[in-house]
Amino acid sequence: MIEFTIWDILRNLLLATRWTIVLSFVSFLGGGIVGLGLLFLRISKRKSLRSLARYYIELFQGTPLLMQLFIAFFGLGLFGVDVPAWLAAGLALILWTAAFLGEIWRGCVEAVAKGQWEASASLGMGWLQQMRYVILPQAMKVAVPPTVGFSVQVIKGTALTSIIGFVELSKAGTVVTNATFQPFTVYGLVALIYFALCWPLSKSSQILERKLNVAHRNH
Amino acid sequence: MNYQFEFGWLLEYYPQIVKGIGITVQLIAVGAVAGISLGICCAWARALGPAWLKPVVAAYVELIRNTPFLIQLFFIFFGLPSLGLQLSELQAANIAMIVNLGAYSCEIIRAGIQATPRGQFEAGASLAMTRFETFRHVVLVPSLQRIWPALSSQVVIVMLGSAVVSQIAAEDLTFAANFIQSRTFRAFEAYIVSTIIYLVLAILLRQALAIVGGFIFPRRTAR
Repeated sequence: MIEFTIWDILRNLLLATRWTIVLSFVSFLGGGIVGLGLLFLRISKRKSLRSLARYYIELFQGTPLLMQLFIAFFGLGLFGVDVPAWLAAGLALILWTAAFLGEIWRGCVEAVAKGQWEASASLGMGWLQQMRYVILPQAMKVAVPPTVGFSVQVIKGTALTSIIGFVELSKAGTVVTNATFQPFTVYGLVALIYFALCWPLSKSSQILERKLNVAHRNH
Repeated sequence: MNYQFEFGWLLEYYPQIVKGIGITVQLIAVGAVAGISLGICCAWARALGPAWLKPVVAAYVELIRNTPFLIQLFFIFFGLPSLGLQLSELQAANIAMIVNLGAYSCEIIRAGIQATPRGQFEAGASLAMTRFETFRHVVLVPSLQRIWPALSSQVVIVMLGSAVVSQIAAEDLTFAANFIQSRTFRAFEAYIVSTIIYLVLAILLRQALAIVGGFIFPRRTAR
C-alpha cells in the first residue's frame, strides 16, 4: 500500500481549492447581477412584479440548496439538455445567491430615508434617475458589510456541489479520504482550508459594519 | 421534448416519503431544542463567563460558522471513529446539527444579551437576586424575546441544511427522494415533490416557532 504524507494530501486538496474559489466567484458575480434585477423587481411600482420577485425569493430561500442542485442537475437532463455538473452547479448557485442578495439589498434600499425619494422626485428625476443618482449610492454604503458577509455563505454553499459530482474542495476531500483511509486528517484539513477562505471575509464584514456604525453615529 | 410527467406512481412510495419527513422533523426538533440550549450556554460564556472560557467558545463559534455543514458532518461521521468514537448515521446527523446551530445561535443570543442595558444587571442585583437569577430572569428572557425572529430564521436555515445528512445515509426526506429517483429514474418528479414538501415544512416550522415564541414570551416587556 502506498503511504501518503501530509504534504501529498494537502497538495491535492489545495489544487482542488481553485475550483471552489472559481465557482464561488462565478456564483457571487452572477448572483449579484441577477440579484440586482430582482431588487429592481422587488421595489418596482407594479404590484405584480413585486410579488413575482417575492415568490422567487420565498421559493429559493424556503427550499434546500441541495434540492435546487438536484433539480438543475437531474431535472434539466430530462429536457434533452445534457447538463454537466459544473453548469448545474453554477446555475443553481447563481439563482440561489441572487435570491439572498436581492433580499439583502432590498433592506438596504429601504433603509434610505423616505425624504430622499421625495427630494429627488421634487427635482423632476425619473424613477431610474432617482435610483441611479440618489438611492443606490446611499444604499450601497449600507449594503457592503452584509454582502461581504453573505459571500461566506456562497463559499460554504459550493461544498454541496460535490454531491452532484463537481470536483472541488469537498469532493477532493472525499476522494483523498478514499485513497488514504485517513478521514480525520483529510476532513480536518478540508475544514481548515474552508476556514482560511471564509474567516477573513467574516472578519472584514464585521470590521466594515463597525466602521459604518461609527460613521452613522457622527451624523 | 417528449418526456411525460407523471406523479401518480409516487403514491406507491409514500411510506418512504412519510418516513423521510419523520426523520427530518425529528432531526430539526432535537437540533433546535439542544442547539438553542447549547447556544444559550455559549452566549453566557462569551458575554459574562470567566475569562479563560471566552476564547475557547469564540474559537468554536468561528470555526463552525466558517466551515460548510457538509464537512462538519463528514468530520463527525467519518473522522471521529478514528478517535474511537463510533456513531450511527442518525447520531452523527443529530450531533452535527446541534453543534452547528449551537454556534450560530450563540452569536444571535449574544447580540441580544449585549443589547441589555447595564442598569438591568444592577437592578437585578439591587433586588438581592443572585447572578444566576439575574441572568435567567432579567437578562436572558428579554434578550431571547428580542432576537426570537432572527433565531427562528436560523432554525429554518438549519432545517433546510439538514438535506445534506442524506449523504451519510441518514434516511431523511432527501434520502427518500434519492431512493425513489434511483428506483424509477424519475428524477424530476421525485425532487420537485420533495422540494415542495421542504417548502411546506419551512413554512410550518416558521409558524410553529412563532407560536412557541408567543407561548414563552406572553408578556410584552418594555424595550
